Amino acid sequence: MEQIILFAPIVGAILCGFGHRFMGEKAAIVTATALLFLSAVLSWVVFLTHHGDSHTVEIMRWIDSGSMSVDWAIRLDTLTAVMLVVITTVSALVHLYSFGYMDHDPQWKEGESYKPRFFAYLSFFTFAMLMLVTADNLLQMFFGWEGVGVASYLLIGFYYRKGSANSAAIKAFVVNRVGDFGFVLGIFTIFAFTDSIQFDVIFDQVDEMAASNFEFLGMSVNVAETAAILLFIGAMGKSAQLFLHTWLPDAMEGPTPVSALIHAATMVTAGVFLVCRMSPLMEFAPTALTIVTIVGATTAFFAATVGLVQNDIKRVIAYSTCSQLGYMFAAAGVGFYEAAMFHLFTHAAFKAMLFLGAGSVIHAMDHEQDMRNYGGLRKKIPVTFWAMMIGTLAITGVGIPFSYDMFGLPIGFAGFVSKDAIIEGVFAGHSGYGFWMLVIAALFTSFYSWRLIFMTFYGEPRGDMHAHEHAHESPRVMTIPLIVLAVGAILAGMVFYGDFVGHHAKEFFGPAILHGPDNHVLHDYHEVPDWVKLAPFVAMALGLLTALLFYVWRPEIPGKLAAQNPGLYQFLLNKWYFDELYNLIFVRPAMWIGTFLWKKGDGATIDGGINGLTMGIIPFFTRLVGRAQSGYIFHYAFAMFIGLAILITYMMLGGAN
Amino acid sequence: MDYPILSIVTFLPLIGAFVLLVFLRGEDEAARQNAKLLALATTGATFLISLAILNEFDAADTGFQMVEEHGWLGGLTYKMGVDGISVLFVMLTTFLMPIVIGASWHVEHRVKEYMIAFLVLETLMIGVFCALDLILFYFFFEAGLIPMFLIVGIWGGKDRIYASFKFFLYTLLGSLLMLVAMIAMYREAGTTDIEALLIHKFSSETVAIFGWQIVGGMQTLMWLAFFASFAVKMPMWPVHTWLPDAHVQAPTAGSVVLAAILLKMGGYGFLRFSLPMFPVASDLMANFVFTLSVIAIIYTSLVALMQEDMKKLIAYSSVAHMGFVTMGIFAANQQGVDGAIFQMLSHGFISGALFLSVGVIYDRMHTRDIEAYGGLVIRMPAFALIFMLFTMGNVGLPGTSGFVGEFLTMAGAFQANTWVAFFAATGVILSAAYALWLYRRVVFGDLIKESLRQISDMDRREKLLFAPLIVFTIVLGLYPALVLDQIGPSVSALLEGYNTALAESQLAQNQ
Repeated sequence: MEQIILFAPIVGAILCGFGHRFMGEKAAIVTATALLFLSAVLSWVVFLTHHGDSHTVEIMRWIDSGSMSVDWAIRLDTLTAVMLVVITTVSALVHLYSFGYMDHDPQWKEGESYKPRFFAYLSFFTFAMLMLVTADNLLQMFFGWEGVGVASYLLIGFYYRKGSANSAAIKAFVVNRVGDFGFVLGIFTIFAFTDSIQFDVIFDQVDEMAASNFEFLGMSVNVAETAAILLFIGAMGKSAQLFLHTWLPDAMEGPTPVSALIHAATMVTAGVFLVCRMSPLMEFAPTALTIVTIVGATTAFFAATVGLVQNDIKRVIAYSTCSQLGYMFAAAGVGFYEAAMFHLFTHAAFKAMLFLGAGSVIHAMDHEQDMRNYGGLRKKIPVTFWAMMIGTLAITGVGIPFSYDMFGLPIGFAGFVSKDAIIEGVFAGHSGYGFWMLVIAALFTSFYSWRLIFMTFYGEPRGDMHAHEHAHESPRVMTIPLIVLAVGAILAGMVFYGDFVGHHAKEFFGPAILHGPDNHVLHDYHEVPDWVKLAPFVAMALGLLTALLFYVWRPEIPGKLAAQNPGLYQFLLNKWYFDELYNLIFVRPAMWIGTFLWKKGDGATIDGGINGLTMGIIPFFTRLVGRAQSGYIFHYAFAMFIGLAILITYMMLGGAN
Repeated sequence: MDYPILSIVTFLPLIGAFVLLVFLRGEDEAARQNAKLLALATTGATFLISLAILNEFDAADTGFQMVEEHGWLGGLTYKMGVDGISVLFVMLTTFLMPIVIGASWHVEHRVKEYMIAFLVLETLMIGVFCALDLILFYFFFEAGLIPMFLIVGIWGGKDRIYASFKFFLYTLLGSLLMLVAMIAMYREAGTTDIEALLIHKFSSETVAIFGWQIVGGMQTLMWLAFFASFAVKMPMWPVHTWLPDAHVQAPTAGSVVLAAILLKMGGYGFLRFSLPMFPVASDLMANFVFTLSVIAIIYTSLVALMQEDMKKLIAYSSVAHMGFVTMGIFAANQQGVDGAIFQMLSHGFISGALFLSVGVIYDRMHTRDIEAYGGLVIRMPAFALIFMLFTMGNVGLPGTSGFVGEFLTMAGAFQANTWVAFFAATGVILSAAYALWLYRRVVFGDLIKESLRQISDMDRREKLLFAPLIVFTIVLGLYPALVLDQIGPSVSALLEGYNTALAESQLAQNQ
């Protein structure tokens, strides 16, 4: 069954990508989608029948070189099972949604066949993502890791006529490679010490790793800490954490279903998955964990500030994703991997839905993405509106404070349950910095999410009236996925609370997640003071009120504020100038150095030097030999045979002792 | 085995060349066609027969196999044989040559001579990998350059004379030094038999020459002399600048042979001579080689980024990839050396295919300027797909053969020296940048250039040429055991000898 889950998508991708010429476009994309639904159904079966144990299914040998021995295999434990469900469900729904969204895409000319390619990429992505989460060793994980990177590259650049899409695609791939740079060095560190890159073997040796130092770049450093930090650099790239986040907003150049699947629900969470998967190692690397929390919390804050002022509907959601991923890392960093996975799970539902909802709005508005040209769409696209509303209630964390203490179960939307668990966990994990960053980020999250809703669905229509008049609800293939995900956004938190972070958590995760002896966060987070439990709720409410004030009651305020603080506004609008900075310190110098090395290094110095030298010597030699007139090839042959003759003569004369 | 399989495979192309030379007359269309067909048949037959080598080869036996030895005049010996290190290079050569001939189908100028040059070249290349006698090796190694000069010099682009002259100058210096070293080896060991030389322990006592203390003694001197030759062949930084020029001027088929096979002779040389015969010197020089390798990876990747000519870009990328090879070899551990051999084979498929890809569009547009292209995907979807696959292979994407070599060499280097792996890994970022940027400028974007409006997609012959390369790039990426199982035991025997020799010399020093 695991094999079917894993391979159905790649079969779909191949059939769809190569077979559409024989079976027709429609049949091809139906095949791919059907295979994904099969995968999704089986994943739910696996998930619901799974009981916390861990087993491995071998598939095939892969790399065998001395002590490096890696197989293709499927490791099935709770972490894998959770990811299987998330990936295949969202992917199946996104496939379905794309039937509507990608129909009559205005980016393509009449008669151009683009749909099979799109579906093939989506299915290929799903396969790579499944390889990533089912890996039983770091290398297979890296295979999936890079595989999703390629799929992401292909899908971001799907509209290959657009220069901006191509640039965004390359940027995504290259920035991810910066993270991969850390990932591979992490693999090498682990391999150099444990002689294996298989999870079980590594995990058996973590305490020795924690007790050992090795020479790394001239420093003597702790093995466990170094490995953990290097792997986390990989995670930062894939999950768009601060400093390696710049590719994610640009990735919105891809079609919207792609953003929902790859850049919200699945691929970008791979980094979080990696950290959770490596929990036995992370638990022995306290410094690395601290770094994870700080980076996560800072990203949550940073991305939320940028999200406050963006006008492109997809970019707002992109920064929101970046910010929510920060929450997950913050939780993992205090050893609360369960909460990280829980938020990953619920976030997949409501964020995929927000993106698909945004796609539905864009679809309705004739591919307009600027929220300044929306307004008053509530009546025109009611299903989309309600779905987005539910998504917003979920992401901002609407629920009843203290309901856990009263009823033994937190009552609220999915995001409320998982996000509050994170914020309380981070407080219980003694990260004051993390706690405050996350609470402030929660306030901002609430503000920009509601801002999105108010600007899009309330008020008067703005911008192109023609588009507004023609705004229409999306077809059923698009609204059904929205409704399914909306149900998830409402219920996922409450239904799965007990399993992920409640009383069953230990049995639920089994050996998949390890807690060190001093890690009691799973218990302690219930014991935080009341004001801590209330803080995220208050932040959410403040954000909502401010958004109401700014965009419903007194719409003139935002403009005035921006005018009064032009520096801050520009700073946020330009995303803290990261792109400009990187361009200045990395991209342009690289190109300048490349040109310099080429023209001055290879050209002037090496060629100049060597040619000067040899061009001086060789003619001298040839004249000496008296064959200056003949071609150089004959010189060469001549020299060679002379050499051979010398060698042979020498031998024959018995030159050897 | 009762028939001399290695000699048959080595000299069959030469016989084909001879037949062409003697029996083929005329310059008309029919004669040209016959020359092509005959060359294709010869290389095809050579490949099929060479499969018998693979069949006969026993990976578990780490010694030389299928050995042939005959006395010659005056004590010279003709000796051939293969082991796990060389056997796959022989296969790579015989496998690629039919593709190379197939890629030359549009050659119209002096076709007969062209095919003769390639057939002779094949004999000499296979000979390099099979030769088990110093003199024989020297002959094959050096003579192989002559047909290559001719290929660049006669069928090349407009600056072909400069390019082949540069190529010639670079290699000449290296070969002369290697010759001197070979004489010295014979002087010390009293034999030219490579099998015997591999067992011989060359002196590594410090010697003084003109007041210079040479640590590692004779080993170091001979190592350096061989290095001069192999480093140029690889090519390593800073003696790499002949390669981009040679590639740019060479015809497509010449570029393929150059990148896919000829460059491997340097790496093979390091593995056959430098590492096992001069272990003390190799150990002493490891950091030197690491430094050059790492510079090659970063330097040439940055230079590749800025190239305006597609072939030059791929040529620079080849230099970077060969940096991984030298790094892996001198890491002197299983992963490093396995990875280096794997990387060389994989680079044979991938760079060969990349040069073929450039050839495909060059045949249509007669320019290699990146600027002249853009939006090819719209007219050439099959080409776009194939070029994407090999671009990803070049970038070292897991699942392609390009990854396995890069990963193993870096894993090997990390154990030898973390700095080396650290810098080499930055090459992984840079390769993504230059390769994808090239792809974007050539294939993606809108098709707006008037000249490209009527460009046609790949025809059946072209697709057929790529098919075997595609299969190997993917199969070896998913199941590299096909290669690693063949080379593993020999590599591990080589390293065992290497480490024993090192330990002995240290023991000797301590006493």
